[in-house]
Amino acid sequence: MTPQAILFCILAIIAIVAAIMVIIQKNPIKSILWLLVVFFALSAIYFSLNAQFLAIINLIVYAGAIMVLFLFVLMLINFKSLETIQKKYRFVFYAVVIVCGVLTLLMLLINQTQSLQKVSILNDSNNVGLIENLGKTLYLDYGVPFELTSILFLTAIIGAVLLSKIKKIEI
Amino acid sequence: MEIQYYIYLSLILFFIGVLGVIIRRNLLIIFMCIELMLNAVILLLISFSKMHADGGSKLQLVDASKAASDGQVFVFFIMVVAAAEVAIGLAIIIMMYKNLHNISSQFLNRLKN
Repeated sequence: MTPQAILFCILAIIAIVAAIMVIIQKNPIKSILWLLVVFFALSAIYFSLNAQFLAIINLIVYAGAIMVLFLFVLMLINFKSLETIQKKYRFVFYAVVIVCGVLTLLMLLINQTQSLQKVSILNDSNNVGLIENLGKTLYLDYGVPFELTSILFLTAIIGAVLLSKIKKIEI
Repeated sequence: MEIQYYIYLSLILFFIGVLGVIIRRNLLIIFMCIELMLNAVILLLISFSKMHADGGSKLQLVDASKAASDGQVFVFFIMVVAAAEVAIGLAIIIMMYKNLHNISSQFLNRLKN
C-alpha cells in the first residue's frame, strides 16, 4: 500500500466512525462535536485530493460558522426537555436493513461500472485547486450564477429575520 | 488509489446521513445529518474533479482541466445552499421551540390542522 492509501484508509475510518457516533449519540452537543470530527477528516481528504482552497473553506464555513451556529441554537434551547419519545426498535431495525440493502446495491453497481474500472487517482499534484484557477473559473465562466447566489443569500437573511419577528402563534 | 474507494466512502457517509434522518426525532440532529449528506456529495465532486484533472477519465472530454475546475466551483454553490438552508432552518427550529417548547419532529404533525 502506498502512503496515500494508508492515509486515506485512516481518514476514512475516522470519518465513518464519527458519522455513526453522530447519529447514535443521545446528547445533541456530543453529536455536534462528532460532526466536527467528520468535517476535519473530510477536509484532510480534500487536501490529499488537490483541493487545498476548498479544504480551507470547508473548515472555515462548516466547522467554523455552521457548527458554531448549531451549538449556539442548542444553547438557546433547553435540551433537557427533549428526547422523551420512546424508541421503536423495530422501526430502527427496518430502517437499518433498508439503508444497508440500498448501500450494498449501489456499491455493487459501482463495482461493475465499466467507465470507472481501473481509474486511478495519481499522486502528482496539479494546480486545479489553487485559488487562482478557481477564481478565474468562478468569475469568468460562472459570473451570473455567482450573482444569483447573492440573491439567494439575501432571501435567506430576509426569511430568517421575518421568522424571528413573528409573535407567538396560538395552537 | 483508485477512484472507487472515494465513491464508496462518499456513499457510506451519505447513507449514514439518510439513516440519521430516518431514525432520529430531534430536528437539530436531522439538520446535522443533512449537512453530512451534503459533505458526502462534496467529496464525490472533488474526487471526480481530481480524476478529470489527472486525465484518468475514460469519457474523452474536450477540456479535462476545465471540467476539473468546474467540479470544484460547484462545491462553492453547494456550500452556499447549505449556509442559506442552515440560516432558515435554525430560525424555523427556534420558532418551533418558542411555540411548542420541543423540537421533536413528532410534534410537526400538528401542522395538519
